[in-house]
Amino acid sequence: MESKLNLDKGLIEKARNSARSIAEDMQTFIDKHTTVTVERTVARLLGVDGVDDIEKPLPNVLVDHIKEGGGLSMGVAYWIGNAVANTGKTPQEIAEEVSIGELDIIKLPIVNGEKIREEINKLAVEMVKRIKKNRGTREDFINNIGEGTKPYLYVIVATGNIYEDVLQAQAAARQGADIIAVIRTTAQSLLDYVPYGATTEGFGGTYATQENFRIMRRALDEAGEEVGRYIRLCNYCSGLCMPEIAAMGAMERLDVMLNDALYGILFRDINMQRTLIDQFFSRVINGFAGIIINTGEDNYLTTADAVEEAHTVLASQFINEQFALKAGIPEEQMGLGHAFEINPNIENGFLWELAQAQMAREIFSRAPLKYMPPTKFKTGNIFKGHIQDALFNMVAIMTGQSLQLLGMLTEAIHTPFLHDRALSIENAKYIFGNMRNLGDEIEYKKGGIIQNRAAEVLGKSALMLEEIEKEGLFNIIEHGKLAGVKRSFNGGKGLDGVIVKDDKYFNPFIELMLGGEK
Amino acid sequence: MSNQKVDLTRVKPYGDTLNDGMVQLSFTLPIPSGEEAQEAARRLALKMGIEEPSVVYSEDLGVGYTMFVVYGKCQHTVDYLNIEVPKVDVEVMDKYGVEGFIKENVKRDIVIVGACTGTDAHTVGIDAIMNMKGYDGHYGLERYKGIETHNLGSQVPNEDLVERAIELEADAIIVSQVVTQKDIHIPNLTQLVEILEAEGIRDRVVLVCGGPRIGHELAKELGYDAGFGRGTYAEHVASFIVKEMVDRKLV
Repeated sequence: MESKLNLDKGLIEKARNSARSIAEDMQTFIDKHTTVTVERTVARLLGVDGVDDIEKPLPNVLVDHIKEGGGLSMGVAYWIGNAVANTGKTPQEIAEEVSIGELDIIKLPIVNGEKIREEINKLAVEMVKRIKKNRGTREDFINNIGEGTKPYLYVIVATGNIYEDVLQAQAAARQGADIIAVIRTTAQSLLDYVPYGATTEGFGGTYATQENFRIMRRALDEAGEEVGRYIRLCNYCSGLCMPEIAAMGAMERLDVMLNDALYGILFRDINMQRTLIDQFFSRVINGFAGIIINTGEDNYLTTADAVEEAHTVLASQFINEQFALKAGIPEEQMGLGHAFEINPNIENGFLWELAQAQMAREIFSRAPLKYMPPTKFKTGNIFKGHIQDALFNMVAIMTGQSLQLLGMLTEAIHTPFLHDRALSIENAKYIFGNMRNLGDEIEYKKGGIIQNRAAEVLGKSALMLEEIEKEGLFNIIEHGKLAGVKRSFNGGKGLDGVIVKDDKYFNPFIELMLGGEK
Repeated sequence: MSNQKVDLTRVKPYGDTLNDGMVQLSFTLPIPSGEEAQEAARRLALKMGIEEPSVVYSEDLGVGYTMFVVYGKCQHTVDYLNIEVPKVDVEVMDKYGVEGFIKENVKRDIVIVGACTGTDAHTVGIDAIMNMKGYDGHYGLERYKGIETHNLGSQVPNEDLVERAIELEADAIIVSQVVTQKDIHIPNLTQLVEILEAEGIRDRVVLVCGGPRIGHELAKELGYDAGFGRGTYAEHVASFIVKEMVDRKLV
């Protein structure tokens, strides 16, 4: 693609190198640690599911049991493998016995380490096959019935009741939506477990559970067959259970996951060590499952200003890109995020939005960029809101965005009504069709407002990354230099779930998914 | 000025002629699109008190439901002269006014602690009021001379907020609540008041809440000094806090 912005290639390279060294520095830390949710994920992937008589998920029961017994630094795979070798039972049966107090798996005789790995490997390979098969099913679906054209129309449903969500999601698919995201209930990100079963109550969203994933997947496959387009399903792989949500999504063939390396730290006050360790395994799973991750740079702009802090968005995109590469996510699955959040009263604000979107397009040329709609300056004036969304859609089609989260005219009023969503899809379809190839016809003036803005943002971003590289990511966050939010190394939620790995530790899935053939 | 005298005791919607009563509605009915659906929408409008309703547009939404746009004449009127709305009763000063007021009447820096509490993760409101940049050209409290701000961010438990407020010797606590589905904000806002009372510091702080669906009346009912809704900027909150501090001799 020929650059329309005349960006300084050397500067892009320099910024990317800084981000790479930031991610590498972090990876050394990550590799030495595991967390309770990483271990629960391993348990889930080995087939542990269900809840005990007080609704506590069995993966939690099992991991807590091992943690209390002082064995978690070896990893849950080690203990399950040992228990399987001793008892000949399945991991599910073992977890059930632990939950009713009939088995203490820490106290079983320890068999030879190779035998443990052999037992685990058999189970792990089966699961990896299942996930790979899901990937194949998705590809077949797309080949057989087709998919929408980019930018994909991406809408949310958020009724709190999975069955009501199904109705809204199927309606949206019939109206033209390509991606349906089921917003999670408020505060699920802070639960250190994943609820179980189908749910019908939530606040501002619906619980992410494996059963809810399954129900929605079935509904969207049905709708997809009917409308002749594969409908992608999206959920939120963030919070204290990042890798568990990833595993459930991989098993139930989700297609898109919100999955940011730093979001939980900055915006949910989750401990930074915990999040960085969790994001790695979650991304390994998402990468292997063919899931497009969406990063959360748009959130920077709801807290900080879109004009002054634009460079932090780009810097975060560079960092997210490098963390994703470390976890084996190819560029084609990196839905790097940004947003249309400049104050509508700013003169030429539209030009700056164009500059930012075009810049992201050129710097991350193969990434399916996720573009978020205006929210901060939506007022309740639905008529103006609809126009703000129209301008947002214009920037998207002019700059080749990929995942277009549609703005709602009723943003700032309520979670979308059925007809709000229909109007918003109509808006996007009209603009994307009517202006389809406008971007191909346009070049930007040399040294004009748009080129200059992009150069300025890239320059500031490269400087910022250089500083982070020098100071270290942890220090930078501690000093509040990202999104203006200060977080301490040992503060925030979830730190007690971080564990240093023992020499005997192993997680079979990292190797199978990172190194394995996809 | 309008051409005709408006009868303020009997006010009606205005389209292009005084007292024409013209209103626009849009809504969805859970019925398939068609002539019967349009008739259903028309009859529903009649029941709402809309005369001569005209269904100008209808569209199938894909699940056997239909959206409508309807125009018609509202037959009801309201007495504008008999309306009283409880509002935060304070003369709003601009940033410089507030800064001058603090210098003159408080004679020290004041401390304001803010948070989005409970399970609420939407910081856009608290950020708009507190952060340096503010919102839409109205600087946030952080930029005010004489005000020291601490924005604790999202999903802050009430206990933590109170603990920080005590630690920082806060003069005012401001709380944002955006998610109000199923009235989730009510018990949360109430709990904060209870904790402050239990700690014996409720009288020592100015306590304010805000959010798009929060009103002054509700806030007062829950035991807050003031509630701020949509369209509030930092100067509204600041003006109230500093004057309240002086009125209650908290300086």
